[in-house]
Amino acid sequence: MTMNREFLINSILAIALVAVPLIALGMDEPFIITLATKVAIFAMAGVGLNLVLGYGGLVSFGHAAFFGIGGYAAGILASHALNYEPIMESPFLIEGTTQMIVIWIVALIFSALVALVIGVITLRTSGVYFIMITLAFAQMIYYFAISWPAYGGEDGLSIYVRNGFPGINTLDPISFFALCAAMLAIAMVFSAVLIRSRFGLALQGARQNPQRMTAVGIAPFRIRLVAFVISAMITALAGALYADLNRFVSPTMLSWHMSGEIMVFVILGGVGRLFGPLAGAALYIILEHLLGGVWEFWQLPLGVLLLLVVLFARGGLVGVLAGERKHV
Amino acid sequence: MFSLFLEQLLNGLQSGVMLFLMASGLTLVFGVMGLINLAHGSLYMVGAFACAAVAAWTGSFWLGLVASLMAAAIAGALVEMLIIRRLYNRDHLDQVLATFALILIFSEGTRWIFGSFPLFLSVPDFLTGTVILPGGSQYPLFRLAIIVAGLAVAVGLFLLIGKTRLGIRIRAGEADRGMIAALGVDIDRLYTIVFALGAALAGLAGAFVGTTQSVQVGMGEPVLILAFVVIVIGGIGSIKGALVGSLLVGFTDTMGRFLLPHAFATFLDPSSATAIGSALASMLIYIVMALVLFLRPSGLFGATS
Repeated sequence: MTMNREFLINSILAIALVAVPLIALGMDEPFIITLATKVAIFAMAGVGLNLVLGYGGLVSFGHAAFFGIGGYAAGILASHALNYEPIMESPFLIEGTTQMIVIWIVALIFSALVALVIGVITLRTSGVYFIMITLAFAQMIYYFAISWPAYGGEDGLSIYVRNGFPGINTLDPISFFALCAAMLAIAMVFSAVLIRSRFGLALQGARQNPQRMTAVGIAPFRIRLVAFVISAMITALAGALYADLNRFVSPTMLSWHMSGEIMVFVILGGVGRLFGPLAGAALYIILEHLLGGVWEFWQLPLGVLLLLVVLFARGGLVGVLAGERKHV
Repeated sequence: MFSLFLEQLLNGLQSGVMLFLMASGLTLVFGVMGLINLAHGSLYMVGAFACAAVAAWTGSFWLGLVASLMAAAIAGALVEMLIIRRLYNRDHLDQVLATFALILIFSEGTRWIFGSFPLFLSVPDFLTGTVILPGGSQYPLFRLAIIVAGLAVAVGLFLLIGKTRLGIRIRAGEADRGMIAALGVDIDRLYTIVFALGAALAGLAGAFVGTTQSVQVGMGEPVLILAFVVIVIGGIGSIKGALVGSLLVGFTDTMGRFLLPHAFATFLDPSSATAIGSALASMLIYIVMALVLFLRPSGLFGATS
């Protein structure tokens, strides 16, 4: 990798993500550590979406479904463990757990299965149909969560004690931040390796020219389906962490507003750029914090800003700062 | 049981007709301009708020109804000229994002002006009564009036598209926008008119539905998503598809919520029958949509791309 401006910006972003919470720790400002944790988690959700949106060119408007599935995996398993109620007793016993690793595995498996079903149906379509159908499937899961009373329905589900991770006190803000930042780093490294692999090249090829991809013997559908499933799994992991951060999960995590926000992180930062989601999530959280502190109706200026970015600053924050365009 | 069934059938028809008012604008805008407009639900909300505010101010529901049409059409025309116009040549991602931003602006702006408390619209006096349905149950007269009014607007829209010069231009715009621009039609103005027309229909639906429910910020979003389901089922760009899709979604949703809990009650205990029935009913239209798409990926009346 050459030492270009984008690399420099990425380095600054990475250093800032680690430095800010450490400084906040020194200044005894746990709230800022929580904000940084939120940035890391949202960035991770964005890294998942960026895989299909940025590299695959598939505008999924339903990633909140996977974010929420991750969240509910954490909430449901923890509530069963804390109430000493097994999830099922026959034909074999399955109990709840408060171990993050087990929760993550469950979140990965369930999000993969749901993404597989949604992907098989939605990837038959393209363009606007794909946008609307991914949105509709996410709404279906959202309404299911609202009307299913067993796990809180509309009110959501509290996680009374944050789930545990071996060797780490997850209730300590800086430790939990470190865990989330490490997960984000793993997701980003994985995503970077993936898009440079044969598979990643095929995925980007399917975006640029599906006919040519088919002509060289690679079926775009299967490549896209695998990418969709992987993308959903990364976003679901972020969702599990987000539920643990708030110690609460509710249908809001599944709402279409959430899908829109995850998309905003990616676009605000820069579509199809490795550090785009991190830049976008950081900018979003900073704006939310600053504007929200000044004016109750902070989403109004946020909307205007977003509109300006879409109309005039294509390529997002990283794109503007790096001064070069991708995806012509 | 029969009268209850009839009542639900009418409710389904009402929700279908209102959905059509939303979906027809959405599908026209997509068909003619190739634009996916998430802010369509905001125009619905603008219509409802304009109607509620003017009705409260003047005491006349009819002035409120006129205000809802005007406010939504003006808001639509302004948004089209200022913002939407720049998005026609962009990809769908930019359109989704820009119109998502518009939702934030509209919702937060409305909250700023009107506050977070819901407003209520009252029905004009001579429509407040009830009608006795065959089978003996009572049905609100106003809901019947909404159905009739909605159907009348639907017929008017079909006549407009099918029989008038403007309709010919709209259809020509769908077929080949370059060609009609070359033939001397002011394409920018046509686009503004189509967008304002769609907005006015959404505003009208907002005013109607606002009378049966409460008028509040965010009211447009659930309807918007249902309208998306409708036009995906019907085929994006097809008015006929929007009509069939609206009625299908309206009936499926209403009857599902009514019948499924009863159906499950035949073999489950009442509480879990209600829980499973209502959970399944809330997903039913999406299941129908998935089925339609599995069989016909571009919808019932969609052009095969």
